[in-house]
Order: sequence, then structure tokens, then C-alpha cells
Amino acid sequence: MLIKSSSDIKESEITPESVYRDRRRFMGLALGAGALAAAPVAVAKPGFVTDSPVRQGPEWLSRRIAEAKASPDPVADELTPYEHVTSYNNFYEFGYDKSDPAKHSGSLKPHPWSVEIAGHAEKTGSVNLEDLLAKVTLQERVYRLRCVEAWSMVIPWVGFELGELLKQFKPTSRAKYVAFTTLMDKEQMPEQASRFSTIDWPYREGLRMDEAMHPLTILAVGLYGKVLPNQNGAPLRLVVPWKYGFKSIKSIVKIEFTEKEPATSWNVRAPNEYGFYANVNPNVDHPRWSQATERRLPSGLFSPNIIDTQMFNGYGDEVAQLYRGMDLRKQF
Amino acid sequence: MPVLWRRLLVFTLSLTPFALLVYRTATQQLGADPAKTIVLFTGEWTIYFLFTTLSVSPLVKLAKWRWLMVHRRMLGLFALFYALCHVAAYLTFILGLDLSRFFSEMVKRPYITAGMPAVLILIALGVTSTKGMMRRLGKNWVKLHRLVYLALALGWVHVLWQVRSSYFEAVIYGLITLTLLGMRIYWFCKRRSAHSKA
Repeated sequence: MLIKSSSDIKESEITPESVYRDRRRFMGLALGAGALAAAPVAVAKPGFVTDSPVRQGPEWLSRRIAEAKASPDPVADELTPYEHVTSYNNFYEFGYDKSDPAKHSGSLKPHPWSVEIAGHAEKTGSVNLEDLLAKVTLQERVYRLRCVEAWSMVIPWVGFELGELLKQFKPTSRAKYVAFTTLMDKEQMPEQASRFSTIDWPYREGLRMDEAMHPLTILAVGLYGKVLPNQNGAPLRLVVPWKYGFKSIKSIVKIEFTEKEPATSWNVRAPNEYGFYANVNPNVDHPRWSQATERRLPSGLFSPNIIDTQMFNGYGDEVAQLYRGMDLRKQF
Repeated sequence: MPVLWRRLLVFTLSLTPFALLVYRTATQQLGADPAKTIVLFTGEWTIYFLFTTLSVSPLVKLAKWRWLMVHRRMLGLFALFYALCHVAAYLTFILGLDLSRFFSEMVKRPYITAGMPAVLILIALGVTSTKGMMRRLGKNWVKLHRLVYLALALGWVHVLWQVRSSYFEAVIYGLITLTLLGMRIYWFCKRRSAHSKA
């Protein structure tokens, strides 16, 4: 008698993508119907282009992402189509045009990947991505992304709460901030070798501890139910939906608990234009343009999709209390 | 090659970027933000045509390409054409023809303030580019058309002011602008010293 071991699964027995997507949609519909909600539950739509420049991640990661729980709260905003989310990017390590990251990020090798944990915590050291993801719950989160350049998208991320991860390293009482660093490698990220760049590589970002521990703050490993494409910050990126997009640092190799406010790339580059907090705020303009409105992408030619920008990108109910007593005009 | 054929060739080549843009728009190849793509594309080609137009007289002088001179007007008019496309695309596709927003944007975004007079100069030069106008304006025509140097300098400021993450384009454009304008200044000084010696 042949006894099949658990690892001995035939390829044909693995649930095909179309089936799990249908199942997920069905479950979404059932949930929606159960809640008697008129609006459909916003789960990633199955109808994306299959020949888009997505690069296959390792099997274990695809499986984890496929198993992620659907977004708990329906978002009224319409999702930005997959092909736009993955072809219109600011990732200056691969070029300065919005289409450059999709074209040139093939040189990035996101697997295998490890992240260094450093600073004021009981557990520090290097963790590989698989171990790091083993102890967290992956879920889908549909978030608005507001770029400081006054355009925005709506993206179904797959990720986990940053706080859930940070707690595991047992940060000490001296940990007041969390600093993040992107990979520094001129071979994999060719623009880091450019003499004309205004940014001092590697890219750095940071959050105050309470911002980092906020349940809305996630680290993403996928989008639209797929492994995160290189141009979107593979294999691990931050997503802080109430802050301008540049805070959501990509391809993270280091997480450090610090006592002082860490230096962040855009703030160092132009402190009068980009603050450390960088909360989405329609009342504080960028010195060179207005932040009162945004163009939601994709934007049509004869009907520019211009909408009013919301305070904290519409997440004020959840996050406004973090900034009570602060003058957001000064600490922008 | 007869002049007429050459003219036709210059015209076709100059219109090619525009045709390409129309094709890409029609086939929806402009990405998530087609408005911005069109505005950037037409703006870049305005600068390229200004560079080309201002390279004509140095090439005639230094490389003795005298045959090029007859094409200068058309090249200049194409700079105007792409500049007008640039402004029209900005007004329709970005602002949705909301003119009240145009004025607030002009105040808010200084690089637009720098670009506007450049376009006005190009319009004035385009209007006065005919043979009849040349005759009527006489010596003043040359003086008026020297404003193209100012238009180019303003165009460069317009680009420089928008730099966010890389100086590459702004530096390259700046080098070309300085070379083209520098040659004029050099020749101007040489002419003056030659005059004063005589």
C-alpha cells in the first residue's frame, strides 16, 4: 500500500488560482449578503491581466499570500487596476520615470532575503524572510495610497501588522522610534550609482513608536493576491496609509529601534518640502504645489479624476489621536 | 536634394513625435496618468526643438552647413507648435479647463510662472516669422527674435524648478543651454572688439 507523505502533493491537487479566487469572491459575496450590505465587499478582483510584469516569488510565499484573509472592512473606493499599480511607480533606485521601475527592477533579487533587526530591543540579529513571516498573520488590506506628488491609488495589499512583528523583538523602554533602511546594492539597484541623484542612498525612513505599533500600519509582501512585484518594493515594504507614499519604504533590509528621531531620506534632501511626519494634510501645501486635491488614478484624459484630499487620507478617525496637541502646520 | 523635398522631410520628421503621441493615446499606451505623460512629452519636445532651432546658426557658421539656414523657421515654428500642445494639454487634461484653478496654480507653482512668458515669447516670434513681417520690422526683427534666448533660459528654469529626485535632465539641458547661449555671447563680444579696433 502506498502511503502518501504530506509533502507528496501532486501539482494538480493544489487549488488553482482561478478556483481560489472564485471561492474568495464567493465568500466575499456571502459575507456581504450576510451583512445585508448594499456595497460589495472589496476583495481583490480576479480580472487582472495575466501577462503583466509580475515575477514569480517562491512557492511557499505564493501559498502564504493565497491563504491570506480577505480585507475585513469594505472600502468604497474603486480599486486601481493591477497593471497601473505595477507600472506607475516611484522607486528611484531604478530610474526617475514612472515607468522605469517596472522596466528596470529585474536586477533586484528579492529571494532569498533577510532583515537585520537592530537597536533597543531584547532580540536583535538577522532574520530571514520565511522565519519572519512564520510568526505573523497575513491578511489583505485595501488602502488608499496618496503620493506627495498629488496623485493617488487604491491598492489591495497583502501583509501583516508591523506591530505584531515588532513586539516579538521585545523593544526596550529606550525604543522611541523605528528606523527602516532599503537595500544598498549598486548592482541590483543601478540608480544608486548615479551621480545626479539628489538622494543620499540607501533610502531611509522612520516612524514614531506609536505610529509603528498602530494597527493600520502594515508590512506588505503582496498585492492583488500575488507576490509583491519588484517595482512595488519586493519582497517586504512598509505601508502607512495616512502618510504620503514616500514614507512607505520599499525592499527593507534593516529595522532599527532608536531613541532619537531617525534621519529620513526626503527630509534630509529638502526639509522645507518633506517633513518627518508627512501626514496627508490638505491644509498644508507643498512649497511648489497644492495638496488640497489629488488625481485618483487611472485618470481619464477628458475627465481628469480630481478629488478632494482628505485629512490623514481619510483615516483620521483611527489616527488623529496620535497627533493630539501637535501643530501639524509646523510638524508637517 | 531640392529645397522643397528637404522641407517636406523636415516637416515629416518634426511631426513624427506628435504622430507617435496620437498613436499611443489612441491605443491607450500612456499608462495610469495619460494627462501627465502627454504634458511631459510635449514639454520635452518643445525644449528639443528650441535646441535644434538655436543650433542652426552655429552649424552654419562652424560646419558651413549653409543649406540648413532655410529650415530654421520651420524648426522654430515646431518649437511653438509643441509649446502650444503642452499648454493646451495642461489646461484640458490636467486642469479640466477650470480657469480659476489655472490662476491659483500659477501662484502655487512658480515653475508655471516661469514657463508662461516663454510661451508668450514663442507666440510673438511665431506671429512675426513671415517674410512680410520681416520686411515690415526691418532691423527690429532681429532684435525681437533675440528674445528666443530668453525663452530658452526660462524653459530651462521651468525644468530646473521641478527637480525632485535627479538633476540629470536639468544638468544636461543646462549644459546645452549654456553652450548655445555662450556661443552667442562669445560672438557678440568678438564682433564688438572687432568694431572698436576698426
